[in-house]
Amino acid sequence: MSVLEATPAAAGVEGICLGLTEEQRKSRAEFRAFAESEVAPYAGQWDRDARVPDELLEELKNRGYLAAPLAQEQGGRGMDAVTYGLLTAELGRACSSTRSLLTVHDMAVVALARWGKPPLKERYLPAMAEGSLLGAVALSEPNIGSAATQVETTARKVGEEYVLDGEKCWITFGQVADVFLLLAQLEGKPTAFWVPADAPGLKRYDNDLVMGTRAARLARLELSDCRIPGDHILGRQGFGFTYVLNYALDLGRYSVAWGSVGIAEACLEASLDYTSQRMQGGALLCEHQLVQRRLTDMIADSRAARLLCYRAGYLRQLGEPAAVQETKIAKYFASRAANRCANSAVQLHGANGTTDNYPVARYLRDAKVMEIIEGSTEIQQIIIPRVRPEEF
Amino acid sequence: MATKKEKIKEFLAKFFRNHVLADDEDIFALGFVNSLLAMQLVGFVEKEFGITIEDDDLDFENFRTVNNIEALVGRKEAARVSA
Ligand SMILES: Cc1cc2nc3c(=O)[nH]c(=O)nc-3n(C[C@H](O)[C@H](O)[C@H](O)COP(=O)(O)OP(=O)(O)OC[C@H]3O[C@@H](n4cnc5c(N)ncnc54)[C@H](O)[C@@H]3O)c2cc1C
Repeated sequence: MSVLEATPAAAGVEGICLGLTEEQRKSRAEFRAFAESEVAPYAGQWDRDARVPDELLEELKNRGYLAAPLAQEQGGRGMDAVTYGLLTAELGRACSSTRSLLTVHDMAVVALARWGKPPLKERYLPAMAEGSLLGAVALSEPNIGSAATQVETTARKVGEEYVLDGEKCWITFGQVADVFLLLAQLEGKPTAFWVPADAPGLKRYDNDLVMGTRAARLARLELSDCRIPGDHILGRQGFGFTYVLNYALDLGRYSVAWGSVGIAEACLEASLDYTSQRMQGGALLCEHQLVQRRLTDMIADSRAARLLCYRAGYLRQLGEPAAVQETKIAKYFASRAANRCANSAVQLHGANGTTDNYPVARYLRDAKVMEIIEGSTEIQQIIIPRVRPEEF
Repeated sequence: MATKKEKIKEFLAKFFRNHVLADDEDIFALGFVNSLLAMQLVGFVEKEFGITIEDDDLDFENFRTVNNIEALVGRKEAARVSA
């Protein structure tokens, strides 16, 4: 029995539960062991190569880490929100590029499960749940990012098919995805489509290299007279952003929030290690008060970020509508905290921190991306105060 | 026990500060509706009334007023009972 079931009043109704169940602890230990042995030691090399290897994708699939939050009755693992957060944080701590694979695949999967028509789900969901087909999210375009409802890609119905024209960019794992959750304007209204990577008229190219999550195999897509079957639409015309993409982005934000916690904690750990080994001015770095101040801020930041993520996670488990806003708050705070921690980590490592010999430069580059994706810091600042936060 | 309408209004009140919402008032026309509200509203009716909003229910009319939301919930409940 989980803590949530055992003590509902203490666990969720107040929106805060500070304990993990025995099962969640076990899961975390499993995730950490995997991340520390199979991911972290190679993350620097993957970053330099600008690609995670195919074997890693296979391993994530074999371990059941893809589509983990999908309900069991839909073929998923039905992982609870907090455990999913723990998985994301552990992978994020080791390698943000690896974490981002789960983020985008899971976003596509949950959108399909929630808004796909039965035949489309029957065709794709089992393979996506298993991870033998990979999904990605194609929202951004050269001219459109934050103002996502204004995408310029168009769709038109021709006979029994939809025909898509436009360009998408920055598509995480777009180089290897089998299918894209894609937003286009259908008669001027934002609408979500399910676009197989082998659809006629779709071409993909490697994206310009990015500073963070460099190994996440980003792609640029060109859609020219790209034809997809008529049932490859998710939700209804005009509801593609508000409901379908937003449903996916809500999970994406949750994942990025936890991934940011992972980065913040990795920065802290690297800094505690480094400053307790390096001597300067006759003392260990960690004995200097200004260094202690930085470490204290890092500890407080990473703790606070984790607590906001737990809170969002418990509310998600309870199915509370307010979980959407709490997830945004967690993403907003955690991504900024990761940046503060990464900045400090490089500073505390001095010149060494700027090299590839230590992971902190990578953490800093990865952290920056977290403030841009899934709704930038500025977009969160605009949206979060629109709703009076609920008291729990 | 609070009626459906009261529950819906109580939920919406969080979004419409200092504004008492009439049952037939167009919430979209008030200019407060954003994607955060839209998503939370779906989550709210699903959790509160134990229904699932499906593709076909995605119609702004269904969410335009308190009356319309109540009617949507009523239809979904009826469909569930007869299913
Ligand atoms: C590594 C990486 C991976 C990505 N993966 C994906 C992916 O898988 N799929 C996908 O579709 N996209 C992806 N993106 C794109 C990402 O979603 C966009 O970069 C993001 O939405 C911001 O859009 P933009 O870059 O066009 O910036 P813009 O929207 O042009 O914004 C530029 C700056 O202006 C600010 N700004 C914008 N609007 C406002 C406003 N109204 N008020 C105040 N400030 C504002 C922004 O916060 C930002 O600081 C990825 C990006 C990166 C870097």
